Amino acid sequence: MSSKLKILVPVKRVIDFAIKPRINKAGTGVETKGVKFSINPFCDIALEESLKIREANKGLVEKIHAVSIGPTKSQDILRTALAKGADTTTLVDVGDAEVEPLTVAKMLQKVVEREGSNLVILGKQSIDDDANQTGQILAGLLNWPQATNASKVEIKGDKISVTREVDGGADTLQADLPMIITTDLRLNEPRYASLPNIMKAKKKPLEKLKASDLGIEVVNRLETLKVEEPPARSAGVKVDSVDELVSKLKEAKAI
Amino acid sequence: MLRSIASKRLFSQSLARLDTLAFVEAAHGKVTPASLSAIVAAKAIGKPVTAIVAGPDGAEAAASVSKIEGLSNVLVAKAPQYRHYLAEEVAPLLKEVVESRGFTHVIAPASAVGKSLLPRLAALLDVQPVSDIIRVEAPDTFVRPIYAGNALATVKSSDKVILVSVRASAFPAAETNGDAVPVEEVSASAESGNRTEFVSEDLVQSERPELGSATRVVAGGRGLKNKETFDALLEPLAEKLGAAVGASRAAVDSGFCDNSLQVGQTGKIVAPELYVAVGISGAIQHLAGMKDSKTIVAINKDPEAPIFNVADIGLVADLNEAVPELTNKL
Repeated sequence: MSSKLKILVPVKRVIDFAIKPRINKAGTGVETKGVKFSINPFCDIALEESLKIREANKGLVEKIHAVSIGPTKSQDILRTALAKGADTTTLVDVGDAEVEPLTVAKMLQKVVEREGSNLVILGKQSIDDDANQTGQILAGLLNWPQATNASKVEIKGDKISVTREVDGGADTLQADLPMIITTDLRLNEPRYASLPNIMKAKKKPLEKLKASDLGIEVVNRLETLKVEEPPARSAGVKVDSVDELVSKLKEAKAI
Repeated sequence: MLRSIASKRLFSQSLARLDTLAFVEAAHGKVTPASLSAIVAAKAIGKPVTAIVAGPDGAEAAASVSKIEGLSNVLVAKAPQYRHYLAEEVAPLLKEVVESRGFTHVIAPASAVGKSLLPRLAALLDVQPVSDIIRVEAPDTFVRPIYAGNALATVKSSDKVILVSVRASAFPAAETNGDAVPVEEVSASAESGNRTEFVSEDLVQSERPELGSATRVVAGGRGLKNKETFDALLEPLAEKLGAAVGASRAAVDSGFCDNSLQVGQTGKIVAPELYVAVGISGAIQHLAGMKDSKTIVAINKDPEAPIFNVADIGLVADLNEAVPELTNKL
């Protein structure tokens, strides 16, 4: 690869994946008070991949920059990113505002310009709004190649080759820089940050910006009218034998 | 006051003339079941529906799409660059079609292709898409699951062109037995500027029905211990039921089967008539992919497994004995 990689990794703070979310009383969203938050698992995989690319290709990666757009507390996950090996970070503090993927992508476009990034690695979706959009929108805004749902990323000469998880199996795409990659679960196993690295991360750069510093206004195109529980399933029965199972299946006309 | 009424009337009149564009995905000339479900969702919006098919095999797919009841016409873009549905090629084509013909809605299946394509198109049109809808409430209002299906959000779009991807399991498939509507060829006038090359693909060959649209699914988890047991126990049961085979993330990660068989929040979302979960504990992320199945059967030796909270029929037993016995007695 003739040009050095300047990797941008957007990360999102979300309700921890192991927690079952509860709808708030007003029916307008999910209860977030007193709930454990973590880095979105797919973002963690994206960060890990950027670190792996640096380790596997000596001298190729000039910089790994992590960015998060969210409340002030998102700096916690940026500190974790720094502890794991990101060089620098930016927090775009939007307070408690919900920011839609289109706006996030527009902000990321500005960050790409500021940082001179030529490779953006994102998670394929955040596990809260499950949109699966931001990487593709950013690729569209920049008119860069996109490879979604990556399960393998390889640097091959001047090209980056990406194997993707698609319906029915896998396919492989390749493109040269600059490009956008979104990560699937099976791309890698994210590392843990060690205590010494967590201490060191406290001294690493964390730039704080507001949306207005990027010249982007947070305007939502979608209005959430309500958020509700999905219909509950009625209680099932436990059977004691396979025979009973078969007769219940017949009763339910399932076979 | 008068003026606002007048402008409202104008607005509603102009809305009535506008159309929905449904992107149809085909594999080897055959329309995918997910696309047929997306067309039913497109019709639910209540405007005339035009389908668009892309790719060099498009003619064959277009001929079958044209027989879907209730479509007004079918567009086909046969250029070779659309063969692998690279979003870099298809999104600019759709942008041109939407803008030159004044569509107000674009619908695509929430398949791997649809998920890659629609947000890129959204960037070109400067709109915020709505992902993975399960219900159409009004032409601008949709219901979609969030938080792994633990909540349903009703969202209203204020965009000039509304982009929606459709969860196939939430809508029936459109029938292709109507009178053929006209098929018209379209092509992009501008270069896409695409720099992405397709290199190769490795698709899993299977005798079993396609997981996403199967009416019955037999799925295995970590409890199956290894690939040999997975195949030896689940294949005969699936064969007997005419079912597709699915898996939990644990089973896929342990190499029991291919990734494309994963059912869950980040894998396939299915809602078959019958879902048989074998050796699957029932993590939130797995339930997200199957809890809308009509009848759920769980076979697990752990009586505390969360899968029993959603199962209609639960059997606490050793799967090594129960599954072969069940296969024999069906």
